Amino acid sequence: MFATIARRAAQALPTLLLVSVLVFLLQQAMPGDPASILAGEDQNPILIAQIRHELLLDRSLPVQYFHWLGGVLHGDFGISWRNRSPIAGLILTKLPVTLQLGSMAFIIAVLVGIPSGIVAAVGRNTWWDHLANAIGLAGLSTPNFWLGIMLILLVSVHLGWLPPSGYVSLAEDWRQSLATTIMPAFVLGNAIAAVLMRHTRSAMLTALDQDYVRTARAKGLSEWRVVLRHALRNALIPVVTLGALELGTLFAGAVLTEQVFTIPGFGKLVVDAVFNRDYPVVQGVVLVTATLTILLNLAADLLYVAINPRLRNG
Amino acid sequence: MRRLFAFTALIALAAPALARAEDVPSQTLKIALREDADALDPSLGRSYVGRIVFASMCDKLFDINDKLEVVPQLATSYAWEDPKTLRIELRPGVKFQDGTEMDAEAVKYSLMRHLTMQGSARRGEISTLESVEVTGPRTVKLHLKAPTSPLIAQLTDRAGMIVSPKAAEAEGKDFALHPVCAGPFKFVERVPQDHIILERFADYWDAKDIHFARVIFQPIVDSTARLANLRSGAVDLDEWVIPSDVPAVKADPKLQLLTSPGLGYQSINFNLAHGPRAAGPISKDARVRRAFELAIDRDALSQVVFNGLLTPTAQAVQQGSPFYAKSVQPKPRDLAAAKKLLAEAGVKTPVTVTVNVPNSPEIIQVMEVVQAMVGEAGFDLKLNTMEFATSLDAADRGDFEAYMIQWSGRTDADGNLWNFVHTGGPLNYPAYSNPDVDHALEAARATTDIPTRAALYEKVAQQQEADLPILYLYGLRNLVGVSKKVVGYVPVPDGIVRLQGVTLAK
Repeated sequence: MFATIARRAAQALPTLLLVSVLVFLLQQAMPGDPASILAGEDQNPILIAQIRHELLLDRSLPVQYFHWLGGVLHGDFGISWRNRSPIAGLILTKLPVTLQLGSMAFIIAVLVGIPSGIVAAVGRNTWWDHLANAIGLAGLSTPNFWLGIMLILLVSVHLGWLPPSGYVSLAEDWRQSLATTIMPAFVLGNAIAAVLMRHTRSAMLTALDQDYVRTARAKGLSEWRVVLRHALRNALIPVVTLGALELGTLFAGAVLTEQVFTIPGFGKLVVDAVFNRDYPVVQGVVLVTATLTILLNLAADLLYVAINPRLRNG
Repeated sequence: MRRLFAFTALIALAAPALARAEDVPSQTLKIALREDADALDPSLGRSYVGRIVFASMCDKLFDINDKLEVVPQLATSYAWEDPKTLRIELRPGVKFQDGTEMDAEAVKYSLMRHLTMQGSARRGEISTLESVEVTGPRTVKLHLKAPTSPLIAQLTDRAGMIVSPKAAEAEGKDFALHPVCAGPFKFVERVPQDHIILERFADYWDAKDIHFARVIFQPIVDSTARLANLRSGAVDLDEWVIPSDVPAVKADPKLQLLTSPGLGYQSINFNLAHGPRAAGPISKDARVRRAFELAIDRDALSQVVFNGLLTPTAQAVQQGSPFYAKSVQPKPRDLAAAKKLLAEAGVKTPVTVTVNVPNSPEIIQVMEVVQAMVGEAGFDLKLNTMEFATSLDAADRGDFEAYMIQWSGRTDADGNLWNFVHTGGPLNYPAYSNPDVDHALEAARATTDIPTRAALYEKVAQQQEADLPILYLYGLRNLVGVSKKVVGYVPVPDGIVRLQGVTLAK
């Protein structure tokens, strides 16, 4: 287990370096001059020249990149070009927000997606199955931002049940925190629930046709025991892989959802940074996101082993 | 009778206590902003919404009122001793939010900070300033390099904001994270992209007019989400309602829409001489540009896209300003005249023109209507939509034939004209150059006499009408959505939210 973790960590370093170079180059390819965006509406040429100098934009690309990398290696992500806040601080305040939102969304997705997939598979071609499929299709095809706006209009404006914005952290006031994140978590979880449902269903259908399931039934086990202990356990492996992959979707979806619900998370941070050409913020966020993705994939691999003993010592 | 007397006495005794309780406001006002502010340092701030936050935090030497008049704020009066010397008298008894006194030395410190600080966005605005002389504890003299009448207008904005020298020295580069000024509310906390919290400053010089304990600014970028927040009561004021949301605000019994004419405009810039793209007939011949203008029905445009809310205009200075040129009015649509002009110019129709349009749904809609209108006169208008930063970059490089761009506007006419039409101005994307216009703009800067300046700006407007480097479409309008509980809010043309005298009914 430790060997696996160490090997994966060693593999991760060059990946991260590559990601940081790629992001750096991609930003250079983006049209638009950060100095002129930062100079504001007046476009004062003296100011633009000054900004360019201050931010090293008048130096060569390798100088800019290594200056940034040198800072990161010393634990200094620099300051935001736009609002002058230290980026490490920005990431530390925003990451927990998106993690909270993402975890809630994922819990919702798992609680809805997996049981409905099981029900659909067990009751194949019954109206339970059709209903689950219909809901799954709707979940997949509804755009996040549209669902978000509709929920705000219904739940916040017309019914007045939940606040449409005004995030507070769990530590500050957990009730208010849940109240402000439950809608965006639902929106975000909804699409993933649909994916999980469809995959659980098909994996379960395959598993239920296997010989060991027939054997389990022949032994006289109760149907629910057969489904949950024997079929589901095997069916879950592809679902876990998919879940780990969907975490990427979660981050991407957070970009739009956070914008609509004004959740001060990672997604909002990166969108605003891209539009404002706030390069060091984009680089910092991407680096942290890449690290997280690598960690989550590693966690998924470890989880397979926990779920399926056949993979142990493999 | 005795009972009545006792009751009256009780009221009389209780009244001062009640009044005191009212003296210390306890309410919070929540304001939704269209985007997050940038650096909260008056020397560094560059964003429009940043000015809204500053208005509650940092008083300026002067302010403007709803009639666009310059009114005193931290200064009590000013006088031009000669065209290059401005004497300013300061308000006595003003304290910064750190308890230190706002005096002539502090004014000198702040103005020099604006002028010399690394990265200062104010330097260009007050570059005419040579030195600041402290002539008394509450008197300063500003010595200018050249006569510059628009300086007063600059001092009604961020360049006129005075910061606490003690705090600025102590914080250094981090001042934007803990700003200290002499305004009605002091800075408490900021979580970027989430909120900015300000708290009432008890020793504010005009504290009697401030009726909130706290103000919270919340950036909500999505306009639909911003409106939903206003409708649900999560915020009390939305500083930027988009025109298509106006019917929803009007239909909501809990809300009111407060509007004021803005200072800015929406315009189409034609590339006259900025690089190789200035080669088409629209660049070469003013008659083609005039034909383009005559094909546009600005009233219909305002009706179709903005429910008639925006005022058609043909000049950079908006109505209500003393510098508005009455002789320059938007022309009614005249297709026959437009076609005649094109024939005179001898161009082959359809004349193909590509316009760069920043990627906002509303602006694209405007250009689609324009596209249909000018199509009837013989123009084939192609829309090239692009993200804003990209469009700005293209404009800088001269990579455009026509460019749709908005200007938020300034109180003084100079701020809407010089940079755009003076030869070599930083926002002169068309590369327009006309010696008469240059001379008039220079002369207008050199005099403080308003009628003389107005006459000069009128000349500029007339010349622009003939040359048409910039086609002005309509003046902007501030549309502020406010809860009906908010009382006493006065919209000012600059769109900045001022909280003096505003209260919140329970």
